[in-house]
Amino acid sequence: MAECAKAIKISGADIVTVAVRRVNISDKKKPLLMDFVDPKKVTYLPNTAGCFNSKEALRTLRLAREIGGWKLVKLEVLGDKKNLFPEMIETLNSTEILTKEGFKVMVYCNDDPLMAKRLENAGAAAIMPLAAPIGSGLGILNKVNIQIIRKQTKLPLIIDAGLGQASDATIAMELGCDGVLVNTAIAKAKKPFEMAKAFKNAVIAGRQSYLSGRIEKKIMGDPSSPTKGII
Amino acid sequence: MKKKIKIKINGKLNIIDDKTKVSVLLRSLKVPLRKVAIELNREIVDKKKLNKIFLKMNDKLEIVHFIGGG
Repeated sequence: MAECAKAIKISGADIVTVAVRRVNISDKKKPLLMDFVDPKKVTYLPNTAGCFNSKEALRTLRLAREIGGWKLVKLEVLGDKKNLFPEMIETLNSTEILTKEGFKVMVYCNDDPLMAKRLENAGAAAIMPLAAPIGSGLGILNKVNIQIIRKQTKLPLIIDAGLGQASDATIAMELGCDGVLVNTAIAKAKKPFEMAKAFKNAVIAGRQSYLSGRIEKKIMGDPSSPTKGII
Repeated sequence: MKKKIKIKINGKLNIIDDKTKVSVLLRSLKVPLRKVAIELNREIVDKKKLNKIFLKMNDKLEIVHFIGGG
């Protein structure tokens, strides 16, 4: 847990996702996450990782709210144990219910612009499309869809799942995303602390690049030195 | 001798005194109350009311907290 806290610090992450699990009551000396990562310094984002239906997800987030009064939560309802894709019908229904209960729901979803729109209409606080299957490290598979979602929403847009290396985060930010959610790419890198730092730099670079306005793409060459006065 | 009851705490069978208050049980387990949520028979228990609830036979108590994980 100390390593995890160190990686979080190096990465400069503002938010850390947390899962709700049973307390180990037989081993009371087992450390708690809150002893390592101060919830006053880093925003805890309770999430429903591992939930496969709406009922489980709602139960988890209601318990999370009870632990610390957190209203900002991440909803993730999975539909398939192999590809870990989100079950979007259950996700949409849960978003509606949680929003009505006063939660601010950041929603893990497919990279489908139509579904993203429906989530927004249901009251989602942020749209979190996957880049690729969770833990796959494939990077952003469908850049066009992410761009379409960016164009249609003013909500925070965060790439969640599937990033494999720092440059993937740069691409996400260059597409106009507001952030990235990364776990496996850092946690399972050969040098996690170095990778955490790389991701931090990648996000900053991507954001600056996006704000700077990239040049148009052309098929033909265009000399960068003036042709006038050639000897 | 006090009557004993069986309850489940985080899925594990426990034998405790009948009519034990939830608050008393949690104190004996040294649960850091501010960092957990309590669920009794699938319903969230308001932490302010823990000293008003008596455990009974076959109750299912869940004590949960946050761990890191995406």
